[in-house]
Formats: sequence, structure tokens, C-alpha cells
Amino acid sequence: MKMKKYLQTLFLASFLSISAVNANDFDYQLKTVKVAQDTYVFEGSTEDFSFENGGNIVNTGFIVTSAGVVVIDTGPSLRYGKQMREAIKAVTNKSIHSVYLTHHHPDHFLGNQAYKDVKIHALAETSVNIKNEGAGFTDNLYLMVGDWMGGTDVLAPSATAKEGTVSIGGHELEVLPYSGHTSGDMALLDHTTGVLFSGDLIFHKRTLTTPHADIDKWLATIKSMQTLSFKTLIPGHGPISHDKNALVEMVDYLTWLDKALTKAANDGLAMTDVMRLNLPQRFMGNAQLKQEFSRSVIHLFAKYELRAFKRLN
Amino acid sequence: MKKSVLVISLLLFSSLISAHELAKDPLSSVQWSDMYRAFLKEYPAEFDDRVKVLAPDFAEDPMNVPITVDATALGKVKEIVIFADFNPIPLIAKYYPINAKPRLSFRFKIQQASPVRAAVLTEDNIWHVGGVWVNSAGGGCTVASTGRLVGDWSDYIGDTYGKRWSHADYNRIRFKIHHPMDTGLVTGIPDFYIEELEFSNAAGENLATILLYEPINENPVLSFDLQGSNLASPIRMVGDDNNGNEFEAEFVK
Repeated sequence: MKMKKYLQTLFLASFLSISAVNANDFDYQLKTVKVAQDTYVFEGSTEDFSFENGGNIVNTGFIVTSAGVVVIDTGPSLRYGKQMREAIKAVTNKSIHSVYLTHHHPDHFLGNQAYKDVKIHALAETSVNIKNEGAGFTDNLYLMVGDWMGGTDVLAPSATAKEGTVSIGGHELEVLPYSGHTSGDMALLDHTTGVLFSGDLIFHKRTLTTPHADIDKWLATIKSMQTLSFKTLIPGHGPISHDKNALVEMVDYLTWLDKALTKAANDGLAMTDVMRLNLPQRFMGNAQLKQEFSRSVIHLFAKYELRAFKRLN
Repeated sequence: MKKSVLVISLLLFSSLISAHELAKDPLSSVQWSDMYRAFLKEYPAEFDDRVKVLAPDFAEDPMNVPITVDATALGKVKEIVIFADFNPIPLIAKYYPINAKPRLSFRFKIQQASPVRAAVLTEDNIWHVGGVWVNSAGGGCTVASTGRLVGDWSDYIGDTYGKRWSHADYNRIRFKIHHPMDTGLVTGIPDFYIEELEFSNAAGENLATILLYEPINENPVLSFDLQGSNLASPIRMVGDDNNGNEFEAEFVK
């Protein structure tokens, strides 16, 4: 009897401690930030995925048009997508018009299920990438953020976004198809408000990630983006800004990364040596610098060392 | 009298136990004693910070986890055994730096989060063990190699690309050798891997030998710091796999 009581207490205690961990009830606490006329952003942290942040490391946003709400990216999970929709309802009673996905990385599209009643637009490459890698991404996120992901599954885009301007409820939205961060990166420029949603083509004050990157293409893309005229820049990760400094910083880091990896390969360094290189002081203000540089070595260095090698037999 | 005999025999007994007692594992792995029995049991082992195992905390790509083992702080060593406790095939490589620095780098496959260790045998026959935990989302050993999936591995097998760098007291060689390095853990694909690579100079002096095992990555990339009596000599590599294919390459200055 005493034992039973003890077990009950133990059970209750462990139950309570589990509840304490999840005291926030998987609430992302999304806060709408108005960044321009009709335009709102949910700003994520600049951390990596964790059980604490539930994957809310990303900037998503929406534009309230007279024809309905246009949503840009759906976040890392079904829960995020649903909570986003609730938060949008608090701003406007207009219904959701459509969704535009910037690219196929899991923190940008795994909230799609919350928008299954509307058209979800993505570049053709993005749809292919989601088809090939979406399931693997989902498994990986379950491992990295845990129960926040409950119920999340891949929902493929339902429409192919084409280069050019569409007019939605008084907003002239230009779909800009680029590549470099992945093989299909969409930027969305609202000519009516001057707001540019760059997706992960721009990381601001947060070190960029390279699992599907092509540095040459990425640099060419940013060069092309320099010619765009915009007033407000919503990067995929990091703070919103109103000038082109973020683009300049991206070019600086990508150029440095390319040179550093070339030199390391020519100097005969192994990956573990490269990961321990001293990183330039000017990048220290960017979140996740050391971690993302190490990851980039794993993503990219094999190609650089092969360039340094010659055939030996 | 009886009592003192008992005390002495107890003392003897306990000293016998401690002679075989394993040092406490700083990585707290339940597999440590099994690893010791499997790979190191001939000689006593101690954990030693002078054995540096450099690997990332997280296996970003479980098929290609980079690692450097550096035991140069121990001076002359006879053998380096590298293993991952929780891999389905724990043994990764055995290195004999006969005329070489006790330092090497390569990439390997990891199946799940695991301690990754190097045990370094010094001339006095003591294993010095270092290691780190590598976390992983998993799946590195039970995925078919790209060469198998594409089906073109036989066109490239043994092709070697590399380079040599001259330093004051050693030559660094780095190279990539094409090979599927199949673990045998994928249904229908038997284990198929490079077993041995041997390095010598023009005078026939053996510089180093490495035995590789299934967890080494597909199309391995390896780095060695070779010495020997003539640093200007070309370095010849010969090797074979478990199917009898033979490989060779030459690193000239």
C-alpha cells in the first residue's frame, strides 16, 4: 500500500515535471509587427532549432489586401501555421487569399497544413525539392524540436509561381525567381508598399546557412537584388531593415567564405582544421557564426579540396 | 594469525581486481567495457587528454563525419585504434605510424549518437584513450552508397586524387580514393571496403600502414603526416579491398 502510494506520487511528480517543461502549451507567442502599410511580420529568433523555441527561428509575414490576406511562408510546424492564422485573425477579418513560399527549407513551409483551403504558390524547383526532401526534413525537425511538431506532415504546394507581377487586391506583387541559397529561391517584392520579402537569400545579423547553397549563384543573385528598389527588407532570418546594408554584408561573408575555403584546401587542411580557423572580427556580430561556419565546412569543403587535388594514378 | 592471512589475501585479491579494473569512462558510455574487451584487452588502458579527437558535436552529415586524431603529444606510438561505441560496426580504423606523425584525418559514417574514440598504444604497451561524443540524427551506416544508387561505382573504383605538402619534418599527403565502402548493413549489398593502405618511400622504407573498416565514408578522403629517412623521396601508396581489388598511387614532391 505504502509502495503504491509512493509510485503514485512518483508518477504524479514526473507528470508534473513534464507539464512544467511544456508550461507554455506549445504556444509560439507570435506577435504581429506592422512593418509597412497593410504589411505585418512574425519575427523569429536567430537561434538554431531547439526544444525551447519549437523551430520559431524564422521570419514569416502577411499582406492585408482588399481581396484577402497574402501569406509569405508558413513556418516550421502545423502548430505554427495554425497560431499564425489565429494571429492574422486578430489583425483583420479578411479571409486568407493565398500563400507564397520562398523556398523548400522546413522552417518556411511545414505550416502549410494550416492553409490547405487556399492556393499555396511556390517556384517549380521548390515543389520538386519539397517532394524529394520534405519527408526527411520533417523527420529531422521532429528530432530537433520534439512535440511542437505534433501532427505536422508535408503538404505540397498547389500552384506554380511564375516570374512576373500579379495584382492582388490593390497590391502589385512581383515574384522574383532566384537561386543560390537553394536551387529555387523566391523573393517577393510588393511594389505598392516597397516591401521586399527576401526569404533566405538574405540573412541579417545572423550567419547564413549552406546545406543546399551554391556560392557563385548566390553572389550573382544578390548582385541582381542590388538593383531592386525597396523601402523595407524582410530577411528570412534576423531583423528587418530599410537599406541595402544587409545585401552588402551577405556579399562580404559569401566572398570571404569562398576565399577561406579555397585557401584552406590549397594549404592542405582537413575539415576539422578548417572548422577551427579563427573567424574575422567583423562577422562576430552575426548570430550562430561559429556553428554555421562549421556546418558550411561540412556542406562545401569537399568540393574545394577536390579542386586542390590532382589525379595520382 | 588467521585474521592477518585473511587480510593479506583480501589485499592481494583486491590488487588483482584493480589490475584488471577499467578506468572510469569520462564519456559515461555503457559500451566502454565491451569496447575495451573487443579491441584493447591485451594491455591496460588509461584516459589521457594528450590524445586529441577532433570531431564536430553534431553529425551534420551522418555519412561524412570529419575526424582528426592527434597523438603527437605522446611522442612515439605503435598503433592507433579508432572506434565508435554505438556504431553497428564500431571499429573504424587501425593506424600504424611506423615512420609518421601519430596524427591522421578522415571522414566516417555514424549510425546514431556515440562516443568516438582513439586508443593510442605507446612503446611501454599502455593504451592512452581520448574521445568525444558526436550527436547524430542517425542513419549513416544503413543507407546505400551513392555509387550503388547510381550504379556507376565500378567505373571509378580506385581512382585517386590528392596532393602532397612539404613541411620541415614531415610530408602531409591528402587524397580521395574512389570506393563504395559498403557496410554490408543494407539488404542485398554485401560489405565491400578498402581493407589496407600502405605507404612507403623509394627506398622501400615503410612509412605507415592503415587498416580501414566498413564505417569509413564512401570515396574516402584521408590525411597523413609521413616522415622516414628521406623526405624528398616520392611516396608510394599500395592497397587492397576485401574483394581482392588492388590500388596504387604515387605522391611526388
